[in-house]
Amino acid sequence: MAIKLDTVGSAEDAGQGRVAPRILETRDHSVEIVSDSGEGAQKCGQIFGSVSAKMGNGVWTVEIIPAEVEPPPRSLAGASGIRIRLGDRPVTNWGDETDLVVAFNEQVLLGRHRLNSLKQGATIVLENMWASHPDEAVRNQWQAAMEELTEAGYHIIGVPMEDLCLTVVDNARKGKNMFALGLLCWIFDRDVDKAKEQIEHAFRKKSQAVVDKNHELLDLGYEWASQNLGFRVQVPTMEAERDMVVMNGNEAIALGAVAAGMELAAMYPITPATSVSHHLGEIFERFGGVLHQAEDEIAAAGVAIGASYAGRCAFTITSGPGLALKTEFLGLAVMTEIPLVLVDVQRGGPSTGLPTKVEQSDLLAAMFGQPGDAPKIILAPATIEECFHSMITARRLAEIFRTVVVVLSDANLATGVAPFHRPELLPEWQGGPPDQSAVPNDGRPYDWDERTGLSDRFIPGRPGGMHTVTGLAHDERSKVAYDSAINERSSAMRSRKLAAFSSTLLPPPVYGDPEGDLLVVGWGSTKGAIEEAVDRVREEGLNVSSLHLTFLSPLPPGLKEIFSRFRKVMTVEINYSDKPGEPFVNEQNRRRGQLSFVLRGTTLVDVDCWTRVLGEPLRPSAIVKAIKENLPEGTAGEES
Amino acid sequence: MSCSLFHLAEAEDDRVFEMSDYQGPVARWCSGCGDHSVLTSVQRILTDSQAKPESTVFVSGIGCSSRFPHYLTTYGFHGIHGRALTLATGVKLSRPELDVWVVMGDGDCVSIGAGHWIHAVRYNVDMVALMLDNNIYGLTKKQTSPTTPQGYKSNTQPYGSYLPAMNPLEATLGVTNASFVAQTAEWLPAHLFATLKAAHEHRGFAWVRILQRCPHFTADMYGDVVKDPSRVEMLVHDDGITVPALDKIIEHRVTHDPKDIHRARELAEESEQIRLGLFYRDESRPRYEQTRSLPHHTADEKMAIMQQEFDRYAV
Ligand SMILES: Cc1ncc(C[n+]2csc(CCOP(=O)(O)OP(=O)(O)O)c2C)c(N)n1
Ligand code: SF4
Repeated sequence: MAIKLDTVGSAEDAGQGRVAPRILETRDHSVEIVSDSGEGAQKCGQIFGSVSAKMGNGVWTVEIIPAEVEPPPRSLAGASGIRIRLGDRPVTNWGDETDLVVAFNEQVLLGRHRLNSLKQGATIVLENMWASHPDEAVRNQWQAAMEELTEAGYHIIGVPMEDLCLTVVDNARKGKNMFALGLLCWIFDRDVDKAKEQIEHAFRKKSQAVVDKNHELLDLGYEWASQNLGFRVQVPTMEAERDMVVMNGNEAIALGAVAAGMELAAMYPITPATSVSHHLGEIFERFGGVLHQAEDEIAAAGVAIGASYAGRCAFTITSGPGLALKTEFLGLAVMTEIPLVLVDVQRGGPSTGLPTKVEQSDLLAAMFGQPGDAPKIILAPATIEECFHSMITARRLAEIFRTVVVVLSDANLATGVAPFHRPELLPEWQGGPPDQSAVPNDGRPYDWDERTGLSDRFIPGRPGGMHTVTGLAHDERSKVAYDSAINERSSAMRSRKLAAFSSTLLPPPVYGDPEGDLLVVGWGSTKGAIEEAVDRVREEGLNVSSLHLTFLSPLPPGLKEIFSRFRKVMTVEINYSDKPGEPFVNEQNRRRGQLSFVLRGTTLVDVDCWTRVLGEPLRPSAIVKAIKENLPEGTAGEES
Repeated sequence: MSCSLFHLAEAEDDRVFEMSDYQGPVARWCSGCGDHSVLTSVQRILTDSQAKPESTVFVSGIGCSSRFPHYLTTYGFHGIHGRALTLATGVKLSRPELDVWVVMGDGDCVSIGAGHWIHAVRYNVDMVALMLDNNIYGLTKKQTSPTTPQGYKSNTQPYGSYLPAMNPLEATLGVTNASFVAQTAEWLPAHLFATLKAAHEHRGFAWVRILQRCPHFTADMYGDVVKDPSRVEMLVHDDGITVPALDKIIEHRVTHDPKDIHRARELAEESEQIRLGLFYRDESRPRYEQTRSLPHHTADEKMAIMQQEFDRYAV
């Protein structure tokens, strides 16, 4: 079958006379750039996203990362790239399917198609060098892919990217991404000077010649598109009422750590947490901070705890497998009441799981992972902005409550890029100098306040405060307990701190009406997608609201009362649960989503769950479907 | 990291410390346990050097020997099994002005903590690390340790341990950036004291293996050696550890320049004699905490740098 592609231009075609392009106006548009790994699609998308944010669009970008560093080229599972969702208002999640794709080969494109990532009728701008490739096998692959893709109804535009780029650079593989950026800049009418500034920043460590070449490629793509493409996309922009910054969640955590006055970060590389340390590595020393890459995750936890014991503000960063290794040390920090912030950028599990993909599967491990009772504070940022602020909150809580604070981010936030209000930095976030005064006579290192469990700690250097902290059960003087009543009391004191803290929290706000048929409860990075889904079903007239939890341990007050105002409560999470109706699964043995497990136990409300572990962020459309399928019986407008 | 926030009252300190100022509650080790002798030696060194109790930190793991900090009146951190060195690294990295000691058992240091031990040698962070080697797991009641001699019966290998014992001296001397490696025995208090003193004065990671008797579980282990000094050979050198008090008692001696790493490795190999003394010392090795010593900024200065960082992300 002969495949007809639109505008299959060649280098010589450019500059032919043409009609004015058709302009698509839309409030919401998603673009993907996909390539083999190493072709720079991500850099292209990052710059495009930043420029779009600077121009006043709401933006959310998320990287498409293959499992291997260099998967075989032209393979279905090897797509490396990025999705950028643009909106005329703040964008809080990656959305549903993609409207426009720029693909460097048809195989990675086919991979995206088969993952149901592309919208029906999507426009595809595709490198067409493969159609005439000298290797017959490649030509056959191209032919077969074209048939499948055309069948699916996409609008495919072939572009001789390779030929065009070769007019500027010797190795087009290293240049196509900037050419593609030029295409996108024309399609979306982006400010080319802003794009050039971003290129300069992205290649700041390279020579001016490299920057110039990339500028040239950008111009080439822009020019070519203006001469050859028959459509443009217009997403209205917003007036920025305040200064904005744009970054990903891991950058926000790194900056948050610095803003919080953290002085030492200890880590061992693990995806998707590592890039926090890359960012810190670049900036931390300027602030006098130490980034310590330890010999393993256990050592990283030990170094952070040692530093914190000595009066420095320290934290450790990891992901699931590293959290498992740090378990024993977390118990020690809880037991000795040494402040510690642990950032867990969650990925798919168990074991090595899905290293680059999002999951919210570490909640129970963080909460209950330690043997014995190890009460600690757990909070989950829901947005990239919250990634920043959660570090400041975490530091304060760790120090006030002398305990471990776990910050549960995830791969979605880690690699997602979105603009947010530039924070107003407060010097008090840095914390005061550590107390070095002499300890008054008879001062006790665990002088627990009976009501709150709180006590002041004595760091080394304080005269008169000498004592030995120990992971063994101990009394107020940190003396090893040989009396069982002491263990009961000290356990109560450590637990009391959480109760005291939760008494300071407010009930979380309900999104939507305060009562109705269904309340969707979420935590962490799914907030944007859940609220977008709730908006959509409310527009259709359904009585659905949502509630998002920032604090997971302790839980905020008032949940039971809020739940009682809805006919049904259901969590939406990215972790595994048995689905009702599966073989052998019944109400009693059903293994549920992690938050629903916790909420059922704490509120005694029959909290249902809808969870998926597809290795991708939840799509609002999937949540809409889940909501409709899970409305309580007898709901007006319920799908039959 | 800077320590400008941590101003240890250096100036008008006219306190004089007696040995009793370092003594904590009565140690609960078995009578005759070699750990007692190490504790006494350490207390003497603290007294001799007039260490400020508030700026001295003892970090330990888990085991009989790791109870050590509880029996002192300095700051102490009784951590978890095998991980003492990581905690101590965190303390010293962040507070270089503190005097940091680490006490570990053989299981603690070279079994569960083996990874940290090797890396601590390489980090060469300024601290004294003592491995109290009783060749057995004491606290958990007589299980085989990596240093248990081949054939020695324990509760986990009742027909005798299967493999040749690990030689921690050789291993330590094999690690790049080792800067102080010594071996001593707790039943020779003069040598123990001289060794710990040299370790304490060393600038860098001073690793000392202390041969330690455990009369409760391995009464036979070092019995012969204690009775028969001819089983012991001393490493002697003007730059080494000199113990005149032992000149008459221990006849076997070998001259060894502690700068000679190759000879040190040879001497560390198994031999008929137990060799005590300073195997290697090199104060010129880079210390990790020095590479990480960064200027201190006030909160306002940090805010100003933060603003520059945010400018990079500005829309
Ligand atoms: C993670 C962990 N595993 C095991 C133990 C049990 N345990 C406590 S001490 C010890 C070994 C003690 O031997 P050693 O380190 O040689 O010290 P010693 O008691 O002989 O001084 C073991 C296995 C523990 N506390 N923690
Ligand atoms: S069991 Fe051995 S090592 Fe432990 S205290 Fe008794 S004698 Fe010492």
